[in-house]
Amino acid sequence: MDLVLVLVIQVLFAMASLALISVGLAVIFGMMRVINLAHGEFLMLGGYSAIFATQHGINLWISMLVVAPIVVGAIGVLVERTLIRFLYGRMIDTMLATWGLSLFLIGLITGIFGNTTVGISAPLGGMAIGNYRTSIYSLVVIAITVVLLVAIYLVLRYTRLGLFARGTMQNPDMAAALGLSPPRVYAVTFGIGAALSGLAGALIAPISGVFPTIGIAYIAKAFITVIGGGAAILSGTVTASALFGAIQEVGTYFTTPVFGVVITLAAAIVLIRLLPQGITGRFLKRWL
Amino acid sequence: MKGRLLNGGGWNVVGLVLVGVIGLGAMIGLPMWLELASLLDITVYLILAILALSLALVWGYGGILCFGQSAFFGLGAYAYAIAMFNIGESTIPFILSIVLPAVFAALLGYFMFYGRISDVYLGVITLTVTLILFNAVNSTAGPEYHIGEARLGGFNGIPSIPPLNWPGFSGSPLDLNDLFYVSIALLLAVYFGLRWLLVSRFGRVMVAIRENEKRAGFLGYDARLYKLATFTLGGALAGLAGCLFANWGAFVSPTIFGLGQSAQIIIWVIVGGRGTLIGPVVGCIAIQWLTAWLGTAQFTKASLAQVVGPRVADALTSVLGFADLSNTNLVLGAILLAFVLLVPKGMVPTLLDLARAVVNRRRPAADLVSDKAEGAT
Repeated sequence: MDLVLVLVIQVLFAMASLALISVGLAVIFGMMRVINLAHGEFLMLGGYSAIFATQHGINLWISMLVVAPIVVGAIGVLVERTLIRFLYGRMIDTMLATWGLSLFLIGLITGIFGNTTVGISAPLGGMAIGNYRTSIYSLVVIAITVVLLVAIYLVLRYTRLGLFARGTMQNPDMAAALGLSPPRVYAVTFGIGAALSGLAGALIAPISGVFPTIGIAYIAKAFITVIGGGAAILSGTVTASALFGAIQEVGTYFTTPVFGVVITLAAAIVLIRLLPQGITGRFLKRWL
Repeated sequence: MKGRLLNGGGWNVVGLVLVGVIGLGAMIGLPMWLELASLLDITVYLILAILALSLALVWGYGGILCFGQSAFFGLGAYAYAIAMFNIGESTIPFILSIVLPAVFAALLGYFMFYGRISDVYLGVITLTVTLILFNAVNSTAGPEYHIGEARLGGFNGIPSIPPLNWPGFSGSPLDLNDLFYVSIALLLAVYFGLRWLLVSRFGRVMVAIRENEKRAGFLGYDARLYKLATFTLGGALAGLAGCLFANWGAFVSPTIFGLGQSAQIIIWVIVGGRGTLIGPVVGCIAIQWLTAWLGTAQFTKASLAQVVGPRVADALTSVLGFADLSNTNLVLGAILLAFVLLVPKGMVPTLLDLARAVVNRRRPAADLVSDKAEGAT
């Protein structure tokens, strides 16, 4: 019984962390059809901002939940204004440019902080479940992910900003004809996507530590989640991260963590072959 | 516009002859002028140029953006190394290092093209495959992971791989001079072979599919089949480069599958120019030379001061903490960004456009015609 509970928590954590690291990418891809290959580096920057802020005396939770999203969100807006906006409608070029950005950021951060791992210890310690121990922090990450996803749903569904965003997503020309400014919506969306990535990177940082090339570890997982999920931002992210998180944990349980990831990636390729439009391209079509 | 070097067939022949003369000249001249160490440096450029040509074909002419060309490169290198330890005579390992990546490319290609997966997802899938290979091979460090006599070595890689020998004579391995001759000969063979392929019926259909897949389909060509064949050939060429690369350093490690390697191949092609063959070769050599130079150059504060002046150097170092900003990633990233945004066609096509503009200035009518032709492609 205790073992089952611990395993359930592990699977839930795997799902939540997948959703967490993917949701920023999903917002940017779903809204703007931009594949941001620098997504992993946004996560990395989020981790560095949180750790940098903590080291300079700011409360850990404030650094993770406030400082990191604001810093990376600002970087996101800057990137959109100086780079992405010239490339709308040219998906391949956007991928290449963001790949360049990714290398550039890795190089820049390596130059500034050095090629070493910096870390902060996970707060809150552990708790006992029968004979097993689990970290409370992973429960917090699960909770924050749920809150975040619900918040995104509420914003998209019930606020003016969400209405603008959905309208621009469905038909930018019509939105423009109704007086919206799609470029502004895009800039804000990209900023929000980047901020979400920054938050995710900060929340993951206590678990894995941060180093300049850490983005590479996340990027494939984030991509398969977003593309496996399809165009619908929320239901896609949730269904795909549930599926892949479960596959990854089961695979890890029976083999090694590395092969757990390999099995997940292979499963994702099969899924994309079967459902080229992603899960929400076939099911749950009218969902957000 | 993309298939031609300059307007008219005459220019094309001039280009071919030029490449042939330079190639043969290098083949004969370089070993006479250069020390063995420099020759060895040049050899790796030549080997990587073959890799660049493989993506030049797949992406530049086939229109298939493969983010995982390094997967085939690495497979070729590993196939050669593993087979070599098991067999000891290099004819079959050499063939395997080409066939195995080709078969893998064919399987993956079947999966993607017959699944009608769009361009962007194709990029993501090839990227994922590369990462799968990297992760899988990286974690095979223990002695229990072996294929026959060859231990996979995980992140340590496979050291002291036996060199190629002349087919059938296992007692006469290629020395470093021979490897240079073999590499340059194969590079020239691949270059001219691809030039020939591109003017053949197959090549023309391939380019037609790149330009407009639907239209080519309406004309009765099965785009999936042609793309599959192009992709497979690209895999085979990358495998060949991998085999030579494993020979060059007598060593392979999983970083050969890494994202960094894939990014470099893409950068060679985009810097040199998509839709040309000579461009990626030039791009590859230029970028490799640049990264080698960055690797050895010491960017101290003093040398920084010489370039930007002492005040700026002071400011930079105090802001950045300091800061070895000469690292490869930073420079390659900046180059990729600059080319995508500012020179999306790449060096060679842009230079040729300039040359064409100068040549055609006295013939406005011809210029108009060529502009129209360009607009249509």
